[in-house]
Amino acid sequence: MANDPSEKDPNVKPPESPAAGAAAPPKPAAAAAAPPKPPAAPPKEAPPKPVPLDNELVQRLKARFGDAIREATLDRKQAIVLVAAAQLREIARYCRDDEKFDMLADLTAVDWPKREKRFDVVLNLYSFPKNERLRLKAHAGENEPVPSVCEVWPVANWLERECYDMFGIVFEGHPDLKRILLPDEWQGYPLRKDYDILKQDTDWVRENLGIESGQ
Amino acid sequence: MSDTRTDDRSKFGEGVNATVLGADEIILNMGPQHPSTHGVLRVKLKLDGERVVGSECIIGYLHRGVEKIAEHRSYQQFAPYVDRMDYVAAVSNGLGYCEAIEKLLGAEAPPRARVVRTILTELQRIASHLLWLGTHALDIGALTPVFYCFREREEILKIFEKYCGARLTTHAFRIGGLQYETYDGFEQDVKRFCEDFDKKVDEYETLLTENRIWVGRTKGVGILSAEDAIALAVTGPVLRASGIKWDIRKAAPYAAYDQYEFDIPTRQTGDTYDRYVVRMEEMRQSRRICLQAIENIPAGPIMARIGKVLKPPPGEVYHAIEAPKGELGYYVVSDGTTQPYRVRVRPPSFINLQAFDKMARGSLVADVVAIIGTIDIVLGEVDR
Repeated sequence: MANDPSEKDPNVKPPESPAAGAAAPPKPAAAAAAPPKPPAAPPKEAPPKPVPLDNELVQRLKARFGDAIREATLDRKQAIVLVAAAQLREIARYCRDDEKFDMLADLTAVDWPKREKRFDVVLNLYSFPKNERLRLKAHAGENEPVPSVCEVWPVANWLERECYDMFGIVFEGHPDLKRILLPDEWQGYPLRKDYDILKQDTDWVRENLGIESGQ
Repeated sequence: MSDTRTDDRSKFGEGVNATVLGADEIILNMGPQHPSTHGVLRVKLKLDGERVVGSECIIGYLHRGVEKIAEHRSYQQFAPYVDRMDYVAAVSNGLGYCEAIEKLLGAEAPPRARVVRTILTELQRIASHLLWLGTHALDIGALTPVFYCFREREEILKIFEKYCGARLTTHAFRIGGLQYETYDGFEQDVKRFCEDFDKKVDEYETLLTENRIWVGRTKGVGILSAEDAIALAVTGPVLRASGIKWDIRKAAPYAAYDQYEFDIPTRQTGDTYDRYVVRMEEMRQSRRICLQAIENIPAGPIMARIGKVLKPPPGEVYHAIEAPKGELGYYVVSDGTTQPYRVRVRPPSFINLQAFDKMARGSLVADVVAIIGTIDIVLGEVDR
């Protein structure tokens, strides 16, 4: 038993030591990892940043909706249009019918608590005929209902419920706005920035699970 | 009473609670502990005899707050968490996340890394479809396919294990490329698997494709029209079975997909049988991609030079990939710090599951099991 390790050691070490000593050409695995640096380490390109966007789509939107189109930007080659929340549903319907953005790929929100209107409601649209994506954004205050787009894209049903569940954003005109991932009686909206990561509804946990919260 | 029922069907997403029960209607709970719900999914069915007249999916039993966790981890630290969403296709989740952050940084993985990523992701697609096929057939009553499917899935998991040490939650990729070089014999392993695999798919097909019971249980069950599929933003094989030829690998190629030839299988009816046919063909196409890719893996570095501390410039990005279950999107917002300001996952299972109500109305209770199986959901991803 005692001999085994001592016998193995010399067998194991040789392949390692040249690599560590960097005397002999190291094994290909080590070589591929670092040494062959690309001749010109791609010179730091200008970091991507949002730039104003003014293409035909934006012009058509502006001609149709005027001031309701607040701002249009291009960020990482992706078009973003900020619209007035009050007209979200009309703009959504126009995008679906006239601009052929027939799929609502995703609907979500982002919380910016320091801003006057703290929420961004974000809609990622996709157009099958044009193979193009467009992001609609609307700002919403804490107790400000946002028009639901369920009648435009039925998929919004669950997505808006999730948004309500996580952020407490109320979607006006939603057929059945209630929590979806969390229990119905849960207090608080977890994805808000002022909801601490360790926080939870301890009363709910105590009553329903019969345990004291672990935090 | 039949009037109220037709009225009921025309509405999307009306829960079973929304209408009053008729004299011969009952409410039946399926799950959350039910073997055919593939996890903890509870389905509330409103039945008129054997027929489903309304349904509501109750989800969230597996909610872990993944999106909240993301806001409290650095970009690299969050990468392993995404594997735990769709845990039967962890490699695909990792690919989507890493590419989204690369886009946010304005970086790109080197060609070698992109090809290896493509190979592993396609193997993962096969593995995910095999798991789907085995369990779906098992749910409907075909006991044999699951053994065959797991036999081949095991081969794929062994390749993953040899490559990165893990079988399920692999964390195979890193932001900027790959952590590990491919192991000695990787090419041969993949090639050996792919060369045999076509015959294996034939084997599954002899068991099912023309099997009268299988056809009887799946044809005409859970039909989803193309218009409904788009309105409900259903993606992946479910969308393609409804007749829409759309695959993100072709529509907006990522990784190295633009270099390979493959077809997008579609079917027209949009029933459970069509979705089965589409997924079977997709496995063959994935094999085709792997065989092309393995022939020519470019040499060179496997990691882009992006630095150890990632601070993407402020801004946002939405990046979508074609995961085995559909469009898997990551919407990431950066505020210029080392932690993401917001990570939103667009989960294909969650959104496809919403179409369940549409598919199930009017079908029999026994078909509900087939319909849940055919959507191919993973509750880890539905609930996040």
